[in-house]
Amino acid sequence: MNMVLWPVVTLGGLAIFFGLVLAFASKKFAVEVDPRVTDIRNVLPGANCGGCGYAGCDALADAIVKGDAAITACPVGGSELAAKIAALMGVEADSMEKHVARVICCGDKNNAKEKYEYFGIEDCKAAEMLAGGSKSCRFGCTGLGTCVKACPFDAIHVVNGVAVVDEEKCTACKKCIAVCPKNIIELVPVSKEVRVLCKNTEKGKAVMESCKVGCIACQKCVKACKFDAIVFENNLAKIDYSKCVNCMMCAEACPTKTIYANFKNRKKAAIIDDKCIGCTICKKHCNFEAIEGELKGKHKILEDKCVGCSQCVAKCPKKAIEMK
Amino acid sequence: MTLLLLLVSTVFINNFVLSRFLGICPFLGVSKKVETAIGMSVAVTFVMGLASVMSWLVQYFVLVPLHIEYMQTIAFILVIAGLVQFVEMVIKKTSPTLYQALGVYLPLITTNCAVLGVAILNIQSSYNLITTLFNGIYGGISFTVAIVLFAGVRERLETAPIPKALEGFPIAMIAASLFSIAFLGFGGLFSKFF
Repeated sequence: MNMVLWPVVTLGGLAIFFGLVLAFASKKFAVEVDPRVTDIRNVLPGANCGGCGYAGCDALADAIVKGDAAITACPVGGSELAAKIAALMGVEADSMEKHVARVICCGDKNNAKEKYEYFGIEDCKAAEMLAGGSKSCRFGCTGLGTCVKACPFDAIHVVNGVAVVDEEKCTACKKCIAVCPKNIIELVPVSKEVRVLCKNTEKGKAVMESCKVGCIACQKCVKACKFDAIVFENNLAKIDYSKCVNCMMCAEACPTKTIYANFKNRKKAAIIDDKCIGCTICKKHCNFEAIEGELKGKHKILEDKCVGCSQCVAKCPKKAIEMK
Repeated sequence: MTLLLLLVSTVFINNFVLSRFLGICPFLGVSKKVETAIGMSVAVTFVMGLASVMSWLVQYFVLVPLHIEYMQTIAFILVIAGLVQFVEMVIKKTSPTLYQALGVYLPLITTNCAVLGVAILNIQSSYNLITTLFNGIYGGISFTVAIVLFAGVRERLETAPIPKALEGFPIAMIAASLFSIAFLGFGGLFSKFF
């Protein structure tokens, strides 16, 4: 009996002794951690993906509390998480614009020609080495899905030969941007509906030969834009998103449909009659002659002319216009 | 005099890392920078000294009277694990910078076989309490000598022109083996001079 008893008692006794000593020590040597660090650590996604540039979620929580990192530093959690962290830190959450990756190419199999049939390994980088890929346009999406494999969130898929980002799932982690050999994936604010989907810097004729939907540098969008938000660089239209107001006029004007906008998302201005005092300020600022009405009379929006640029909303002194 | 001889013997001739091959894990893991290497060795030396004494006490006041010496390994592991936890708390409280520098390696001292090795060697060599204490500390010093010298070498390796295939760990392994061979050269020290 003793043969079994003594070892058990001894080890048990030692364990209890050390346990007590440690329990005492943990009280005596307790380090006070800022409770906010623990709280923030709890709301962070906890995947330790390193997307923020810190070693992990613990390190980021620490940096946020210290003030080294912004409350919006976590690219995965987005604005929802930023709001939670802001509440914990007791600061106002800046309306962090959610960014998403966008593939700047719309030359799918119907629009762009194939130079040759590619039988190599299914990887854009490999295809890139063979005369810049099989697509007739050397700037366009190879469509072999290297970005799809790189995406940890299943947010990018190849549809008819061109990679397309699922903006709901995209967390702006930039992993696809890093692997794309064509450099055609860009991070843009999600609220900006209008986009130029071409990277081809060649002259119009060359572009037309290789792709039906390439930017041919006709400059019609520049004329259509009432806000000077489109500039031309290297035979390519470029939207200055700080000026773009989502009026989608450029997309309407683009003859090759290179500029894409989802017209379903187009909003219309609506005047709240109770608040309108008939000052005509909105009418003066409307670039599209979509507002009518006399001085001191109620104004009216002409819905078929309104393009949803929301300039009148910003100018109305009585906040009598809203976007619907 | 005996203690002095023991020092030379433990640090150079029977170096824990380079001749007995104990504690290789932190030797390779924490030897990238001299600064962290020193921090780690201080922690190891401290734990080794304490663990030697504690395990000696456990051996002669608990295990031997109860005739359960065969429980030595598991009992010592318990002692060392408890001690490391304790040291971790103390360091966290007193020196947050050192705590950050040691990071994951501090709990790893628990599984550092050099600590268990020194505790068992003390018993096997039937040292008395004083010699045990010193042997523990000397063991730590021998670990310090090995890891700090090695960290110095690795810092130089960072900038040295090394073939691509050997960059990083491979060259560190080669350096470690050369180190070990060099230390084995102390082997004949006593028979020649004393």
